[in-house]
Amino acid sequence: MAKYKNHILVCAGTGCRASESEAIAVNLKRSIDENNLENDVQVVRTGCFGFCEKGPVVKMVPDNTFYVQVTPDDAEDLVLEHLIKGRKVDRLLYVDPETKEQVSDSKHMDFYKKQIRIALRNCGFINPENIDEYIARDGYSALGTILDEMSPESAIKIIKDSGLRGRGGGGFPTGLKWEITRKSESDQKYVVCNADEGDPGAFMDRSILEGDPHSVLEAMAICGYCIGADSGLIYIRAEYPLAIKRLKVAINQAREYGLLGNDIFGSGFCFDVEIRYGAGAFVCGEETALIHSMEGLRGEPTVKPPFPSVSGYKGKPTNVNNVETFANIPAIFLKGADWFRQIGTEKSSGTKVFALAGKVNNVGLIEVPMGTTLREVIFDIGGGIKGGKKFKAVQTGGPSGGCLTEHHLDLPIDYDSLIASGSMMGSGGMIVMDEDDCMVSVAKFYLDFTVEESCGKCTPCRIGNKRLYELLEKITLGKGDEGDLTRLRNLGNVIKDTALCGLGQTSPNPVLSTMDNFPEEYEAHVKESKCPAGQCRALMQYVVSPKLCTGCTLCARVCPVDAISGDKKMPHFINTSICIKCGACMDKCKFGAISIQ
Amino acid sequence: MAKIKIPENKVQELKDLCAQFKNEPGELINVLHGAQGMFGYLPAEVQEIVAEGMNVSLAHVYGVVTFYSFFSMLPKGKHPISICMGTACYVRGAEKVLDEFKRHLDVKVGDTTPDGKFSLSCLRCVGACGLAPVVTIGERVYGRVSPEDVKGILGEY
Repeated sequence: MAKYKNHILVCAGTGCRASESEAIAVNLKRSIDENNLENDVQVVRTGCFGFCEKGPVVKMVPDNTFYVQVTPDDAEDLVLEHLIKGRKVDRLLYVDPETKEQVSDSKHMDFYKKQIRIALRNCGFINPENIDEYIARDGYSALGTILDEMSPESAIKIIKDSGLRGRGGGGFPTGLKWEITRKSESDQKYVVCNADEGDPGAFMDRSILEGDPHSVLEAMAICGYCIGADSGLIYIRAEYPLAIKRLKVAINQAREYGLLGNDIFGSGFCFDVEIRYGAGAFVCGEETALIHSMEGLRGEPTVKPPFPSVSGYKGKPTNVNNVETFANIPAIFLKGADWFRQIGTEKSSGTKVFALAGKVNNVGLIEVPMGTTLREVIFDIGGGIKGGKKFKAVQTGGPSGGCLTEHHLDLPIDYDSLIASGSMMGSGGMIVMDEDDCMVSVAKFYLDFTVEESCGKCTPCRIGNKRLYELLEKITLGKGDEGDLTRLRNLGNVIKDTALCGLGQTSPNPVLSTMDNFPEEYEAHVKESKCPAGQCRALMQYVVSPKLCTGCTLCARVCPVDAISGDKKMPHFINTSICIKCGACMDKCKFGAISIQ
Repeated sequence: MAKIKIPENKVQELKDLCAQFKNEPGELINVLHGAQGMFGYLPAEVQEIVAEGMNVSLAHVYGVVTFYSFFSMLPKGKHPISICMGTACYVRGAEKVLDEFKRHLDVKVGDTTPDGKFSLSCLRCVGACGLAPVVTIGERVYGRVSPEDVKGILGEY
């Protein structure tokens, strides 16, 4: 890399690629060639920068100018103005929404200020398809040191001392898991990386694999050495084509460099990695289901014990860790267990990556120390609620988690505090909701997901969740009664107590937590047949206020079903028997004359 | 369902695919990914050949195909439309967008239009939550889609 004077980093994560970042990179390269700069400037396609809301992102190195919402047409200006004339392209700089000032260096942006990046340390800095760039940032040196100087036991001790817990959601101590798998005696053991990221709204594992695949491969090799395995498997969703492609490139490069394969670093240690594909089943994130899926079977979970660390893939001891967990491992060895421990809280050390999405200004991928409060995440990093609306709830933990409210905003986030407040960490999806979101509908949305994804093996999950869904459906249609609320709660508790695996045991959480935190909303649905958020269609009616209506006829023209009638310059009228409640009229009315009742 | 006839050369290709994975039952999912890549879907006739090639029962293959949502037993339209129903898209109005697609195409989720041009499905999170709500048609990704955009998007095809 040394020979280039300038580097232009173009985000090539899935989000930015969907907004044509590949065309930006191509145009940049063309413009660089046209201006004979090809020996001085290099275009680097990196992994996700995290600031997806403002994508596509382009960063100039070494001066660290951070350009946002770049289009392919802007490429020429970036070369002519920024590189040749040395002038920043003002229109593409980030503008702080509070101060209205332009901020050119990302480290001064509120979005980045409170973040500490360990798992994402290389995402957005290196070209994930070039192993040399990973090595230049101390890649594979942890593996080298361990193979050279450490016994497996002392390496495991470092992970135990660091206090690292499983980032897939369960929070099981990683070092302990490695130790148990090490102690299981067998002729063959396996290291499995769980990259079956099924939580809707969570995309951290995908971003790590797209932005820094070698960190996961290095960690898997370290794990293999520690537990005594020579074979690693990555179970990844088939829906992640880009991550799969980059993983394949990374595996091949690591093999070429002798960092995977036989006799790594001349130590006699052998380790290789294969990819296995998921096929779209949420339950396969559960480790026993994942293992069955890798064996070519239906991804149904089995009762634990035996745990996979004793009997897993093909009946052999198997250590399953999630992508983000692995991504932390090389950093812990490079900087030490004490360094890692002093970040975060006492019982949850280190950082956690969250996918911040929903009704928040700065959607993106963030990494913060454990113990950061929800308020800091949503309002400081996330920039508050979109459109100046009022914060209502934040959902963590995906379909297994719960909704937290304003009262929880100052809660320091860690595994235990989230569980104590009725939600859970999960893989780190964080969906922000505002006053327009109906909590009963949100609970129904998650139940719909669970019903579809239930594998059907155990009765509480297969039938219980379906009944929960039906009760919620009845309530959102305005046909519920107070007895239904009791039934919801009782059934939810029964499912929690009796379902076979993690999916079923946590599936009622979205219902129970919204019932606890928003009881008045459930009551309004069943007692008054009203949806306070105005989202349940069956419970609302669009009406025109004759006082405010000017008779401009716009609403009548946009109505897709001709339900609105009225003469020009006279108040209009909505025929509720025809109205499909699409809301097009209300969106179009310039006078605020249409409202929901 | 009407029986379909698979051409001889395709039958051979399928058998080769099974052999490539050493006819090892544990590789069934990889083989099905390959088979769906060849045909676009997995009709019963394809499953029969795979079952024979992988030394497992047809019931086992059918069980796996129907378990995973990535596998389909119905052919997709020329332009498969997928509406992201991940939570981020949902809270930003994906349901209204879906309703609009259903209305314009007059099909249910999972169905294909009678002319075979479009098929409609939902998927769970493409991970482009910054662009919510997201719709994909074939390889193309549409971000920040509103119900009013639907007619224009369909008009492109």
